[in-house]
Amino acid sequence: MNSKKLTVTILLGIVLVAFAFGMYNYQRRVQSSQEQKITQQEGRLVRMHSPVLGPQNAPVTIVEFFDPACETCRAFYPVVKDLLKKYPDDVRLVLRYAPFHQGSDKIAKLLEAAKRQNKYWPVLERLLAEQPSWADHGAPNLELAYKAAEQAGLDIQKALIDASTPAVDGVLKQDIEDLTAFEVTKTPTFFVNGRGLSSFGPDQLATLVAEEVAKIKK
Amino acid sequence: MKPSWGLLLIAWVIAVAATAGALFIGEVMGMTPCLLCWYQRICMFPMAIVLGIACYSEDRRGAIYALPLAMGGIALAGYHTLLVAGLIPKAWIPCTAGVSCADQKLEILSGIQIPWLSLAAFLLIFSLLTIYLRKTAK
Repeated sequence: MNSKKLTVTILLGIVLVAFAFGMYNYQRRVQSSQEQKITQQEGRLVRMHSPVLGPQNAPVTIVEFFDPACETCRAFYPVVKDLLKKYPDDVRLVLRYAPFHQGSDKIAKLLEAAKRQNKYWPVLERLLAEQPSWADHGAPNLELAYKAAEQAGLDIQKALIDASTPAVDGVLKQDIEDLTAFEVTKTPTFFVNGRGLSSFGPDQLATLVAEEVAKIKK
Repeated sequence: MKPSWGLLLIAWVIAVAATAGALFIGEVMGMTPCLLCWYQRICMFPMAIVLGIACYSEDRRGAIYALPLAMGGIALAGYHTLLVAGLIPKAWIPCTAGVSCADQKLEILSGIQIPWLSLAAFLLIFSLLTIYLRKTAK
């Protein structure tokens, strides 16, 4: 290898290292500022209206900001359920809405209406299962989503009336206010007892939950 | 090492730094590039590769291949800079649902805007390549 080839290789290496270093630092800074906001405004993490899966008084809380039309949220749903199954007495899931996709606000409101008919989780699971059919990001087909909800046992006429009440609208507004305060920009965003993921992924979530569970077992 | 090769190397380093910077803003900081930024990326990213190969194997033709990309980049970045500076009326561009090109949100190093940086990078690369090609012309 002559000196020119070596120069090019070394310079390329420097750029790659600088990029990785910058990325690491930037992500650390974002994460710590987010966690600081959470400790300052803890009440925003879980609201009275937020749907809970698992034991109500579980010591470990996974807060998930999610969008019903988001594919990654769909893919994460079984992962989160497995975690609840793994720690049946210690972990609960709290869902918050982050309706970033077009039409997602309507689906979030439908879910809130489903809660009043005690059909929240079956409707959510059905909607996620059928997501590929209704949740085209450019043009979501809400009719198909409503049909899926109906198949899950929802009284769709009543639900659509409930979905347009100011109370349901208030729930969604509150969730959006909270996610804005926490600078949540992507779905799903997880907080386990207020701690965010150091990097995104199912294994990282499992590790974080395991750490928090280990803390309370001490 | 001939001094002219150094010109090519500097041009490549600028292209690589600009590419890394654009990827950092887009992928790490999560800012969606606007339409004009996309076109500037189309001109900048290939230069990081083409000029890299040209430097590595000391191939003069690499500079020729990169030259039209640099010229295209100057045109786009120049237009973008004028747009951000408000020298071109915004009304010329129809509104779309995407990210606004004129509403520049990111400033670094106390007020340097990204389109200026982009224009400076393209101009520098273009000048360096032109000088390099003159010096190495047979």
